[in-house]
Amino acid sequence: MKGQSLKIYVILYLVFLYAPIVLLPLFAFNSGTVIAFPLQGFTFGWFIEVFTTQALLEATRNSVFIAVSVAVLSTCFGLFAARAATRYNFPAKGGIVGFVMLPLVLPEIIVAVSLLVVLIQAGLSTGIWSVIAGHVLICTPFSIAILQGSFTNMDKSLEEAAVDLGETPLSTFRLVTLPLVAPGIIASLLICFTISLDEFIIAFFLSGNEPTLPVYIWGLLRFPARVPVIMALGTLLVALSIILLITAEYFRRRGLRRAGKRDVGGFL
Amino acid sequence: MARSFDLGRFLRRDETKGMVLIAPPFIYAVLLLAAPLAAIVLFSFWTQDFMTIDRSFTLSNYREAFTDPLYMELLSRSLRISLSVTAITVVLAFPVAYFVSFYVAPERKSLWLFLITIPFWTSYLIRVFLWRVILAYDGPVNGTLVGLGVIDEPLAWILYSANSVVITLAHAYAPFAILPIFVSLEKIDRSLHEAGRDLGENRVMVFLRVTLPLAMPGVLAAVLIVFIPTIGDYVTPRLVGGSDGTMIANMIQTQFMRLNNAPMGATLSVLAMLMVGFVSLVMILGTLRWTRGGKSK
Repeated sequence: MKGQSLKIYVILYLVFLYAPIVLLPLFAFNSGTVIAFPLQGFTFGWFIEVFTTQALLEATRNSVFIAVSVAVLSTCFGLFAARAATRYNFPAKGGIVGFVMLPLVLPEIIVAVSLLVVLIQAGLSTGIWSVIAGHVLICTPFSIAILQGSFTNMDKSLEEAAVDLGETPLSTFRLVTLPLVAPGIIASLLICFTISLDEFIIAFFLSGNEPTLPVYIWGLLRFPARVPVIMALGTLLVALSIILLITAEYFRRRGLRRAGKRDVGGFL
Repeated sequence: MARSFDLGRFLRRDETKGMVLIAPPFIYAVLLLAAPLAAIVLFSFWTQDFMTIDRSFTLSNYREAFTDPLYMELLSRSLRISLSVTAITVVLAFPVAYFVSFYVAPERKSLWLFLITIPFWTSYLIRVFLWRVILAYDGPVNGTLVGLGVIDEPLAWILYSANSVVITLAHAYAPFAILPIFVSLEKIDRSLHEAGRDLGENRVMVFLRVTLPLAMPGVLAAVLIVFIPTIGDYVTPRLVGGSDGTMIANMIQTQFMRLNNAPMGATLSVLAMLMVGFVSLVMILGTLRWTRGGKSK
């Protein structure tokens, strides 16, 4: 009885969650230039425009370059921090790890504005590299959260066994630890890539004259005639994110299986 | 020889290894987070003198911020909107987390969580923009309501107002509320419910006296995770807020980028951070006080 009404509520809630995403492809294939109902005819035109707009491709290139760099750098930092946090004890551990995790709960505009002020004062120009610097700051906490899970799930005695059998710390790490956390590393790379690709505020403040994709989209939103192109682009991005996420989830589960743990939840 | 031996032992100590490992991310955070935040605080005590910055220490920015009704209105409105968003998001999210934790079979839980998180890994800008379409005067919400005969005229107040900002943000932060509540519900020992029932409590009382108090850490986490970032949201008020839905982040951006008044922007940033910090602290202390005695976890 109670379960039934709760279920109806949850389904309504899912409708609310998915409402915007469902509209996206509708408008992407709609031949009318106005984003409103009723829909007009069917067209692929907007998708073609996505692939032929030079500035858009340029922005995409910037974004992908930034996202790849951020994914690699954040995951390296994440590996260091997660390893330190799960394996070793050192003074002020909670404070230090908490501080590195802080960007997770700081309003992004504060991070963006404070970095901008420092860059301008230091006389440095903004651009792709400053966006990377800012994104690494906000992605590292996510990477730590994911990798901490992998390190905690790993059976410590496997490493000890390798050392007992004569492996050096370095070869132990390479032959035992790394393969066991590899799924976590891949999940972290994908999540950081996705976050960086979608991040707007920091890129808006710090990208200078090298716009990222979200910054470019933001500029387009002011021109109603260009909005259908954004819908087509959005549809492509949704499809891409879902593929990336399913891949990340697949590797996360494989990691759990390898570590011999039962699946207890999704990301975070 | 003796010295190099000591160094080797020092390097092999667990404490040292931990410190060496944590050093790169920590130093990065100090350089790119702590230093810039300190710079913002410093800036807030300086003033913009046409094209240059006057570096003499003054409180005039703060005086201006507290006396100008516009700044005060934006700060208090941001707080109001953010608190409404938090309350609505968490209240709407709780039953969903409860459902997944208590009614979904264990092996299907992760699929459900996946289903809940998918919409949020898609472009934030585009999602917010689509809410503008959904809530528009001739959009689907108004269309449906008119079609059903609930209202005669499309509602004008649901777009370009504080309401549309609240709706859009409640959507944007949904998973951040559901996940922590779900995690804390999962930790609850199910036998406590049976015990409660056996001792003669009805379902509602078991929920109020067992489930809810034990889920409070998750609820608090959800509240903070939604409240803190929403107060600084820039995109949503700009796209769907209209003039009545403008928030402090929009003013901070204007000060930095348009008015070229970085010190005033810094002052507003500091005030926003202080406000967020203060309210969060009150929430944390309030919850601790409420659940005091029952050591959860």
